Amino acid sequence: MREYLLGNVAIAKGILEAGAGLAAGYPGTPSSEIIESLVGLKGDLPMHVEWSVNEKVALEVAIGSSWAGTRSAATMKHVGLNVAADPFMTLAYLGVGAGLVIISADDPFCHSSQNEQDSRRFAQFASVPCLDPADPQEAKDMARYGFELSEKFNIPVMLRPTTRVSHARADVEAGEFLPSMGEAKFVKNPARRVALPVHARPLHTELIAKQAEIEKALAASPWNRLTLRGDHGVIASGIAGLYAEEAIADLDLDLSFLRVGTFPAPIRMIEEMLEHVSKVLVVEELEPVIEEQVERIALKTRPEVEVLGKDGYVSREGELDFLQVRNAIARMEGQQGKAARKVEAAGKILPPRPPALCPGCSHRATYYAMRKAFGKSAVYPSDIGCYTMAVNMGTVDTCLCMGASITLASGIRFGGETGPICCSLGDSTFLHGGLAGLLNAAYNKARITVTVLDNSTTAMTGHQPHPATGLTATGEPTAQVSLEAVAKALGAGLVEVVDPYDLDGAVECFRRAKEFPGLSVVIARQACVIKARRGGAGRKSFAVGTECSGCRLCIDFGCPAIEFEGEKARINALCTGCGVCAKICPSSAIEGVKR
Amino acid sequence: MRTSECDIVIVGVGGQGVILISDVIGRAAVKAGKPVRGAETHGMAQRGGSVVNHTRIGCRYSPMVSSGGADILLALEPAEALRFAHFLSSDGVALVNINPVLPVTVTTGKARYPSLEEIISPMRGICKEVKAMDATALAKQAGTAQAMNVVMLGALAKYIPLPERVLTDAIGEVVPPKYLDINRRAFDLGKAEVE
Repeated sequence: MREYLLGNVAIAKGILEAGAGLAAGYPGTPSSEIIESLVGLKGDLPMHVEWSVNEKVALEVAIGSSWAGTRSAATMKHVGLNVAADPFMTLAYLGVGAGLVIISADDPFCHSSQNEQDSRRFAQFASVPCLDPADPQEAKDMARYGFELSEKFNIPVMLRPTTRVSHARADVEAGEFLPSMGEAKFVKNPARRVALPVHARPLHTELIAKQAEIEKALAASPWNRLTLRGDHGVIASGIAGLYAEEAIADLDLDLSFLRVGTFPAPIRMIEEMLEHVSKVLVVEELEPVIEEQVERIALKTRPEVEVLGKDGYVSREGELDFLQVRNAIARMEGQQGKAARKVEAAGKILPPRPPALCPGCSHRATYYAMRKAFGKSAVYPSDIGCYTMAVNMGTVDTCLCMGASITLASGIRFGGETGPICCSLGDSTFLHGGLAGLLNAAYNKARITVTVLDNSTTAMTGHQPHPATGLTATGEPTAQVSLEAVAKALGAGLVEVVDPYDLDGAVECFRRAKEFPGLSVVIARQACVIKARRGGAGRKSFAVGTECSGCRLCIDFGCPAIEFEGEKARINALCTGCGVCAKICPSSAIEGVKR
Repeated sequence: MRTSECDIVIVGVGGQGVILISDVIGRAAVKAGKPVRGAETHGMAQRGGSVVNHTRIGCRYSPMVSSGGADILLALEPAEALRFAHFLSSDGVALVNINPVLPVTVTTGKARYPSLEEIISPMRGICKEVKAMDATALAKQAGTAQAMNVVMLGALAKYIPLPERVLTDAIGEVVPPKYLDINRRAFDLGKAEVE
């Protein structure tokens, strides 16, 4: 049956069609919907689906399951693969038990990410085959195929969708779900499961030796397709293949064309293309991974062929689009390009609409109280989550990677900064990547304050549960970890919990933390306002009375529910009733009203 | 040569229900046996930011509508209509809800929200037709302002190559049964607005 499916839902279906028995992941745009969809789709199938504490954990859980004989998947965003790099690199040597597919969703243009690294480079680095889907149908079919390939060559397989595949929708033909296959049992085999040097050396030899066979199998797969026509050619991979196909149709050109969906790319097809053409354009997003392979082959077999690509034809950064690809092809063919349409008035008169913290978001209150206590000149390392959007509040001085707020704060202190340092990170981020940093800060006596912005969910990626919520990915109750107990156990000298809506209490709490002569931890706890509202939390609304002096203090607070109109503040319908603005107002002009 | 039967760009602000419109069109296209592609905004941008959705009916290529390629720009918010007007083809039609959602840059007094005339007049010069309507008021008339997206979908129905019947069937699949009547009314009011 054909269905209109989101790319990530299609991937979830591919995993189920392969009869996988385990999927583990950590949320991260654009990958999060894979695990979420599996929870809903698996029905009664005996499958273990989990939100892991981080990507390294997710991959290791998936490896264990694969070694126990169960087909397994690990999902993450591209930067999550950095966290999972340690098991990933050595896994390539040790190999799998049952099929293992690692889904690393790339985000060209950094729609919702701190960088736009190309996961294909990671696959290349690890000598792991990579499948590069162009659309939801391919993503689903490749997910299923990945398990077979993995088992055939005893190697993990990477599936690398990009934002425009994971968050695309298309009519997809989906198949039957299979129950998990075979008896699960861990079979002891130290030579392939224990990465001692004596084992690793021959396994590395084996890994290199199987590359040629893997390339041949991929070349015979349906993901690479060659059409020989004119004397000029285009080679395009992933979604760029669709842009190129459309551009060739639009320009009505007689070009030879190779659609590449795998890394390594199909050597024999590239050779055939090079034998046939005098000029070839390689179109791919981000890194010149395929292009380098084409250049290498051309150098050996047909050095006279002109290979065009990242040398000014196709951008190495951001997303490609139809027009860029069309223009690159037109240029190769000596035709005039088309300029992107520009509407001048849009740039001139439109107010920017940046993403912002929600009306009533407790992070805004926490940061307000933090700044009030620590002052303008304190150093505020921050982290990855919704709260990074508070960069204009002056309390987000750094954002590097998950959990780095604490370690950067420690380093800034040890590096010689003598002023107050207060770092902040969310509850999910703290559990993902902050624990080791907090332990290190305690051990090495960092005099800093660590703030956990605890809204009791992984908000930015769509409200996934984590160990401090007491719920698993499938909604089952589980042990609920106490953040304050963890902070104490890791060695923090002062640990306090405060409700940021109690603004005065929060300011006092931050003052005590600032004065504390050691490592202090403030847990600012208040439910995510989106989740609270969905859960039916009804709060009174607030309104501005005649006492308003127009001082704009509440406006500067930055809540989208407060507007400035005719020299006075006004509270609009977005108000969630947190009441923090009423506590900020020096004229006591803001009061609660009945809805 | 045309590479898609009908290219639609749907824009608005996070929370206005842009994705529902594209989901309905996509499901309807599948029912009508046409290939269909879509691209959505998820993640960070959803938090009060601009949301843009591409939907291509009768298309087997990428989900992205190209600059100057949209047959229809469906805007749930006026400033967003102009922000994404570069997607419109010169033969295209813009359907615009005139009810503004003020961005935080305006509420905090850092920027000014332009008048409706300032928004619409540059759009008139670049496409075939601009239809501005108060879809929010029509939705209220249907029963709830939340149904504004379905009013806009009703207005869109006349311009896309899908039978009305499959569209309303698809609405029934994605809207909770208790809101179905309101949404049917909203759809009809939107449809009447462009007739």
